[in-house]
Amino acid sequence: MKPDASVQKWMYETMVKSRQFEEKTAAVYLEGKQPLFNMANGPIPGEMHLSNGQEPVAVGVCAHLRPEDAVTATHRPHHIAIAKGVNFQAMTDEIFGKKSGLSGGRGGHMHLFDAAVNFVCSGIIAEGMGPAVGVALARQMRDEEGIAVAFIGEGAANQGAFHEAMNLAAVWKLPFVCVIEDNSWGISVAKRDATSVPRNDVRAAGYGIPGEYVEGNDPLKIYEAAGRAIARARAGEGPSLLEVETYRLAGHFMGDAEEYRTAEEKKSLEANDPIPKMRARLIEEAIITAEAADDIGIRMMAEVQEAFGRAASARYPAPEEALEKVFV
Amino acid sequence: MTNENRKKRKLTIAKAMSEALAQEMRRDKNVFVMGEDVGALGGVFGTTQGLLDEFGKNRVRDTPISETAFIGAAVGAATMGMRPVVELMFVDFFGVCMDAIYNLAAKNAYFSGGHQPAPMVLMTSVGGGYSDAGQHSQCLYGTFAHLPGMKVVIPSNAYDAKGLMVSAIRDNNPVIFMFHKNLQGMGWLGTVKGSIVDVPEDSYTVPLGKAEIVREGEDVTLVGLGATVHQALDAAGELEKDGVSAEVIDLRSLVPLDRETVLNSVKKTGRLVVVDDDYQSYGVSGEIIATVVEQGVDFIKAAPKRVAYPDVPVPFSRPMEQHCLPNASKIRAAAQACF
Ligand SMILES: Cc1ncc(C[n+]2csc(CCOP(=O)(O)OP(=O)(O)O)c2C)c(N)n1
Repeated sequence: MKPDASVQKWMYETMVKSRQFEEKTAAVYLEGKQPLFNMANGPIPGEMHLSNGQEPVAVGVCAHLRPEDAVTATHRPHHIAIAKGVNFQAMTDEIFGKKSGLSGGRGGHMHLFDAAVNFVCSGIIAEGMGPAVGVALARQMRDEEGIAVAFIGEGAANQGAFHEAMNLAAVWKLPFVCVIEDNSWGISVAKRDATSVPRNDVRAAGYGIPGEYVEGNDPLKIYEAAGRAIARARAGEGPSLLEVETYRLAGHFMGDAEEYRTAEEKKSLEANDPIPKMRARLIEEAIITAEAADDIGIRMMAEVQEAFGRAASARYPAPEEALEKVFV
Repeated sequence: MTNENRKKRKLTIAKAMSEALAQEMRRDKNVFVMGEDVGALGGVFGTTQGLLDEFGKNRVRDTPISETAFIGAAVGAATMGMRPVVELMFVDFFGVCMDAIYNLAAKNAYFSGGHQPAPMVLMTSVGGGYSDAGQHSQCLYGTFAHLPGMKVVIPSNAYDAKGLMVSAIRDNNPVIFMFHKNLQGMGWLGTVKGSIVDVPEDSYTVPLGKAEIVREGEDVTLVGLGATVHQALDAAGELEKDGVSAEVIDLRSLVPLDRETVLNSVKKTGRLVVVDDDYQSYGVSGEIIATVVEQGVDFIKAAPKRVAYPDVPVPFSRPMEQHCLPNASKIRAAAQACF
C-alpha cells in the first residue's frame, strides 16, 4: 500500500527537517573547534554522529507509528527522533547541553530520552534490542495497544544482544520489529568484512520469523515493507526483521577523515541523495508543486534556525546539578 | 637505555603503543592484533597505526562488532600459545563482553591449576572531559582491578606506555592496558603535553607493578594514575608557591599494586591525597588509603584525603562534567586541608 499524498508530504517534510537539522548541527559543531579540531570545544562538544542520507529509513518506518509505539534508536539518532516526534526544541537544547534539554543536559546527542513519545537511544551498539523487546513484552502481557521498533545498524547485527533479543521476541511472538539500517559501514569496517551474509534479512530464518530486505534507500519501498512488518506486529503475529539499504553521506562521526572510503563512493552517494530524488518524484507525480517544495525547505530551515537560536541562548545547568537524578 | 647519545624524539602515547606492538610482532610471530577498526583506520585512538601495512590482514584483524566473540577467541588463541593483543574501543563497552574478560581470561590460569595461562593483552581507552557523556567517558579502574586474575596497567606518558606494552605482551597473564584518551595524542582530543615525552627507538620494558616517584617532596604525598598524574604535578607546582613541598607518585599499575612506594612516601611526608578520575566509592582511592592505614597508621599526621569522581554517571553538559572531574585546584585544596 502506497502512502497517500498527505503521508508522502509528511515524509518529505520530515526528511528535509532532519537534513536541515543536521546541516545546522554540523556548522555549529565546528564553531570553536578550529583550527585544531578538538572535541571538547565549541557550543556542541563531544562526539557527533550525523545521519544525513539515512532519512528515508526513519520516515518510511515512523510514518506507521503512533506516540504509544516505542522506538529504541542508536548513536546516530537524529533522523529517527525527529520522525518519531521527539520534542524538537528540547532535543536541540539537549545537544547543546542546556538545562532545558530532554535530560537537563545529562545525556547529550547519543542519549536522547523522550517518554512522551516513547523514544530512547543509546551509544552502545545493539543495546536498544533488549529494551524494545521488553516494551513489546509489557504491551503483550497487559494486552495494550502499541508495538516496539528497534533501529540498529548493520554492524550491530553482529552483536550478541541482537541475536538473543531476536530469538526471545520470536519465541514469545512479541509485537516487535527490528529495523537494520544498512549503510554498509561500521566505522571503517565494511559490512562484507564483518559478516558472511550479504543481507541480514536471511538471518530471520534462524528465528523462524519473516525477514525482508529493501533496496535503494527509497522511502516509499521502506514505507511499504515496514507497513507489512508493523501490521503483523499489531495483529499479534509476532516480530519481523527488516533490513534497509541506506547511506550515510558524512563520516562515521564529525572529524572522521574517511580514508577507508573511495572518492568514487562519496561521489556516488551524493548523486544518490534521497531528498532531491523524492522532491523530483513528488513534483512529477503532482503531489506538490516546485514552489510548495521550496516552501517546505524554507519553513523547515526557519524551524531549525529558531530551535538553534533558542538552544544557543538557553541556560546551562548549574554545575552541582550533575549530582541530581541518579536516583529518583 | 642502550644508546645514551641517541637523538631525542618525542612520541605520543598512541605512537609509543603502536611502536611497541610492531617491535613485539617482529620479534614473536605469535603476537597478533585484533579489534574494531584496528586495520586501515589504525585504531580510533591510534593504537595500531601502521601495523596493517607492515603485517597484513592476517596479523592485524578488523573484527565485527562482536566483543564477546573476539575477546573470548583471544583467550582460546592465547591458550594455544598465541599472544593476542585485542582492543576494546572504549572501556565503557565492557558490559557486552565482561564474561569473556573476568570469567575466561582472568580465571583460565587458576582453573587449569596454572597449566594453561592466557597470555593476552586487552587494550582499552578510558577517561572523559570532552562531553562524550556517560557511556563513553568512564575510567572503571576499580572495576577491573577488583577482579582477580588480570593485571591492570595505566601509563601516564609515552615512555611508560611503550615499556609497559612490551612487558604486557611478554607477560604470561592477561593484562588490561588502559590508556587515557586525554593523553593519547590524537588531534581531536586536547592532549596533555606532559604525556608526550622522549621515547627510545630500541625495545625496552617497564616492569608491571612498579610505581614511580615523578616528583620528590617532603610535606605531602599526591598519588595519581594516568591523567591524574599530570593534574597532581600541576597541583604540586601550585603548592610550592604555598610553601608546601609535594611528592607525586604515578601508580602506573593497579595490579600488581606497588604499595611499598606509597608507604615509603607517606612515611616521609605524613600526609596523603589520592587523585582518581574513576568513581570514588569502592575504588583505587579507597584501596590506597586502606593500605596506608593498615600498614602505616603511625606515619600519618593528618586524615588522608581523596579527590575522585563522585558516584554519578558522567554527564554530557560541560559545566556538570567539569564540576565532577578532578583538577589541580581541587588537589591543591585537598592537600592544604591536610595541614
Ligand atoms: C558495544 C559497542 N562496541 C563498539 C562500539 C563503537 N562503535 C560505535 S558506532 C560503531 C559502528 C556501528 O556500526 P553500525 O551498527 O553499522 O551503525 P552505523 O554507525 O553505521 O550507523 C562502533 C563499532 C560501541 N559504541 N558499542
